[in-house]
Amino acid sequence: MLRFLRLALAALAVLALPAATLAKEREVSIGLQAAITSMDPHYHNLSPNNSMMLHMFEPLIKRDANQKLVPGLATSWKAVDDLTWEFKLRKNVRFHDGSPFTADDVVFTLKRVPNVPNSPSSFATFTKPIVDVKVVDPHTIVFKTATAHVLLPSDLASVMIVSKLHGEKASTEDYNSGKAAIGTGPYKFAEYVPNQRVVLKANYGYWGGEEPWDKVTFKILTNAAARVAALLSGDVQMIETVPTADIGKLSSDKRFSLVDKVSNRVIYVHLNQRSDTAAPFITGKDGKPLAKNPLKDPRVRKALSIAINRDAIADRVMEKRAVPAGQLLPDFFFGTSKKLKPAKYDPEGAKKLLAEAGYPSGFAMTIHGTNNRYINDDKVAQAIAQFYSRIGIDAKVETMPASVYFTRATKGDFSYMQLGWGTESGEQGSSLRSLLATYDAAKGMGVTNRARYSNPELDALITQAMSTIDDKKREGLIQKAAEIAMADTALIPIHYEVSTWATARGFAYQARTDQYTLATGLKPAK
Amino acid sequence: MAPRTESPWARFRAEFAESRLAMAGLALLVVILALGILAPVISPQNPYDLAQLDVMDSRLAPGEKSADGRTYWLGTDDQGRDMLSGIFYGLRISLGVGVASTVFALAIGLVFGLVAAYFGGWVDTIIMRVVDIQLSFPAILIALILLAVLGQGVDKIVIALVTVQWAYYARTVRSSALVERQKEYVEAARVLALGQARIVFRHLLPNCLPPLIVVATVQVAHAIALEATLSFLGLGLPITEPSLGLLISNGFQYLLSGKYWISFYPGVALLLTIMAINLVADQLRDILNPRLRK
Amino acid sequence: MLAYAIRRFGQSLFVLVLMSFIVFVGVYAIGNPVELLVNPQADEVERARATAALGLDKPFLEQYWVFLKGAASGDLGRSFVYNVPALDLILDKLPATIELAFVAMVIAIALGIPLGLVAGLKPDSAIGRGIMAGSILGFSLPTFWVGLVLIMVFSVQLGWLPSNGRGDTLAVAGIPVSFLTADGLAHIAMPAVNLALFKLSLLIRLTRAGTREAVLQDYVKFARAKGLPQSRVIGVHVLKNILIPIVTVIGLELGSVIAFAIVTESIFAWPGTGKLLIDSINQLDRPVIVAYLLVIVTLFIVINFVVDVLYSMLDPRVRLGGAAASH
Repeated sequence: MLRFLRLALAALAVLALPAATLAKEREVSIGLQAAITSMDPHYHNLSPNNSMMLHMFEPLIKRDANQKLVPGLATSWKAVDDLTWEFKLRKNVRFHDGSPFTADDVVFTLKRVPNVPNSPSSFATFTKPIVDVKVVDPHTIVFKTATAHVLLPSDLASVMIVSKLHGEKASTEDYNSGKAAIGTGPYKFAEYVPNQRVVLKANYGYWGGEEPWDKVTFKILTNAAARVAALLSGDVQMIETVPTADIGKLSSDKRFSLVDKVSNRVIYVHLNQRSDTAAPFITGKDGKPLAKNPLKDPRVRKALSIAINRDAIADRVMEKRAVPAGQLLPDFFFGTSKKLKPAKYDPEGAKKLLAEAGYPSGFAMTIHGTNNRYINDDKVAQAIAQFYSRIGIDAKVETMPASVYFTRATKGDFSYMQLGWGTESGEQGSSLRSLLATYDAAKGMGVTNRARYSNPELDALITQAMSTIDDKKREGLIQKAAEIAMADTALIPIHYEVSTWATARGFAYQARTDQYTLATGLKPAK
Repeated sequence: MAPRTESPWARFRAEFAESRLAMAGLALLVVILALGILAPVISPQNPYDLAQLDVMDSRLAPGEKSADGRTYWLGTDDQGRDMLSGIFYGLRISLGVGVASTVFALAIGLVFGLVAAYFGGWVDTIIMRVVDIQLSFPAILIALILLAVLGQGVDKIVIALVTVQWAYYARTVRSSALVERQKEYVEAARVLALGQARIVFRHLLPNCLPPLIVVATVQVAHAIALEATLSFLGLGLPITEPSLGLLISNGFQYLLSGKYWISFYPGVALLLTIMAINLVADQLRDILNPRLRK
Repeated sequence: MLAYAIRRFGQSLFVLVLMSFIVFVGVYAIGNPVELLVNPQADEVERARATAALGLDKPFLEQYWVFLKGAASGDLGRSFVYNVPALDLILDKLPATIELAFVAMVIAIALGIPLGLVAGLKPDSAIGRGIMAGSILGFSLPTFWVGLVLIMVFSVQLGWLPSNGRGDTLAVAGIPVSFLTADGLAHIAMPAVNLALFKLSLLIRLTRAGTREAVLQDYVKFARAKGLPQSRVIGVHVLKNILIPIVTVIGLELGSVIAFAIVTESIFAWPGTGKLLIDSINQLDRPVIVAYLLVIVTLFIVINFVVDVLYSMLDPRVRLGGAAASH
């Protein structure tokens, strides 16, 4: 009797298994949040594309889950001198069609990258510094640069190597149709339907060993609720970017498991310092314009930073899926300073600083932010406004879609701009150069410095760091630059986003800092 | 049957009161209007004043207490906004936006529709082609353009909704007016050499009105829902001054997680409002319709 | 009739050109596509290159002229984002949307007109009142909210219907349709109901209003007095006379269902043009937006034309082109 009962219970338990584990064993579906715009690895430099391409193609150098550079199609690389880099290529690697991979494919790739017609965002940024390529033997290649280019290995980690044999006459259409989408990666092209799905099949001869899946289907589920619903109903086995609202429910549900990891994306505020006199959307409380731009005063900037309760935002608004930030990257990345901690919440101190700066009763200001670009972006903006209302600032909030927002922000229409920045290179130097160096289009300095913040001391350090090949020395310079910038409150870092993936039970995902969702990181749970 | 001696107003009242359902709707509408108008007086919190919100009180369930001991009877949203106060204030905005945009759109649509139908010819052609263009323009694109050009605000949303809706009325009016125009009474008015404006507005208009009132009452509701949808797409009102629609779309993302109250209660409020409007409007239409007179 | 059709066609061409110009100006006013397309880490050189590659470096009017020249030869430009002809992208997604719209309209008409008739014939009965009260539900709740509740109930709780996508399709005359397969039907059921709800309520209310008026008209009273059976009175005399406003609204709604199933399509991840449109608007993919709207306008023009022809058939007093007005 007891035995029968036990059997019955076991049978019940089997029946109660979620639908997900009953799906065909070596097939898996994954819900993505953004469309893949092309199967041409050199057409559109966009995170979702780059993530997808890593399945079919490989760069010379790969990035691991923490964005550390690791060997890819190159087994080793070194700087011979300031202007010369030598790469050793992996032997016995074959493309999906069986043809061998050699240095010629690398040469061809570098030639193709800047010449993809109609590319809305080219990978040429990464290959441009290379002025000359020498093939020493089929598995050794030497790159020459015009000036010392410290980021070369990191840049090449973003460039997928394509087959010369299939690529020579191929257009973007040929990649989209799969005809030319022939790489060396662990998965092969099977189907691409724009804005709908991508289907991949296993590449059984992959040099890095076989993957656990025969077939992977990526479904584009832009709407967050739809993505979660697809996971709950068993239509997909994994989703990326779990909305913070659903994290509590999913983590308490035994049928699913969640993984998360702090990402390379910082949410920060740029403070418009273009003009000494007028700052848009900042007035006295009576609505009259102020005599001068308060954001030029470092005391005001600091007050605006310490008035924000970052712990409360991370805890309540982001439901613990954010880490308060004190610089532009979490402190395990290259070039970050351990000395830089998130600013401590101090509303009294903020009031005092405002009074010292000549605004004892505050002023009125509009916070501008996106509402469809970053995790909970509009909620964060509202919470910040709450904190400002406590130090006597009349804060209004205006949020808008990214399509309207970025054009206006770049034009300098806003004073208080809430933005986000993901550091693809995985080191803080390039972020400082883009966001805080004095704007100089010709030199490529401060290209995303929408605030037009300018500090000659910081510029000098950044320039020096970016031409110092020695990693140790360079790291020291970047750290110093970051410390100077943060002491001056050049911008206000809020938090680092934490990326979250949810899988059905029976699956395990290796979370990544670059927010990529890779089938290669998804394994059956042990 | 009402006795003949009564004044028209008394007869109107008596006819309206014939339907108990309509009276219930009227009572509900009065209550809702009162809540909306008196929102600043009766709300426990001013939900638009950020200084009164505390993010530490966010997403409290109905009946839970805040850090300083106040009870949130309908819970709080993601910013710690008291849902009850939010709903009172939201009613104001939603009703205002819905009614204002419908009235303006109706007025514009009515004029253009009647003129097109009455005059015909090239006037009709031009108006109807503009209507075609307008109708094929997605609301989201119009809202986005207006947001980029004019910025955010209640008035901008009303402009966007009017822009989206007027053509709809114009077309509906024109189609009924085309039929009416051919009828004897219009012919008779013409023969009497009455002024054109008089014919259009005194003769054509009243007879085109009934189907239009059906569409319009539905459209008040639709305008409110459309505003909610625009908010859902991030193109609606400023997030610090939520309407019912914005409250619902904010709560939408919490539906799957079981925090139902953030969108459920505003949803109920919206439903009741629209139901009340329609119960009253249905009865009004039946009374006002000359062709339904017994 | 032919002259009328030709004149309509000429007007339509004008509408198309005007429309494309408005969209050009509109998208230009919203923002700069390069801001969204180019990688944020890119430098000024790369930005300039991308701007030139997309043809955005030319003066506004020249951009429009280039577009017009292309359009004259049937080329509506290439998607900024996908680098494929915008028209192909749309025509690829259009069958899914049209199918969804038709199924939704069929649901709305098949339920809406009978329910409206019942409510109109028996306005004071419990059934009549029940139908009217129920119809309020249909248009007072936002589509996105109803959509998610449907998913929660039928996909998540009950597990009966898939939460997203289109499912298996069968090719009929080269066009894939999903309502012929069980899997396809399961996929289309929820989005179609979600989309139909508002139209259903509108139709119920319109039919009811029309019916209530019609039954009081002399010809209906007369038909009744003649002793014609109830079914014939309703089917012929009542229905025929309430159809004009209903046909107008169906025409309008069919167009708007096809054009703007945006919310439903994004919640159910239905691979149609609505989802394509919202994504294109979000990325300011101007060629796709323009091409999309031109396709939709063309569709509207055809629908309106059919509706006008239907009028003249339903009601002989309405003559095509408004030329009948004898001033």
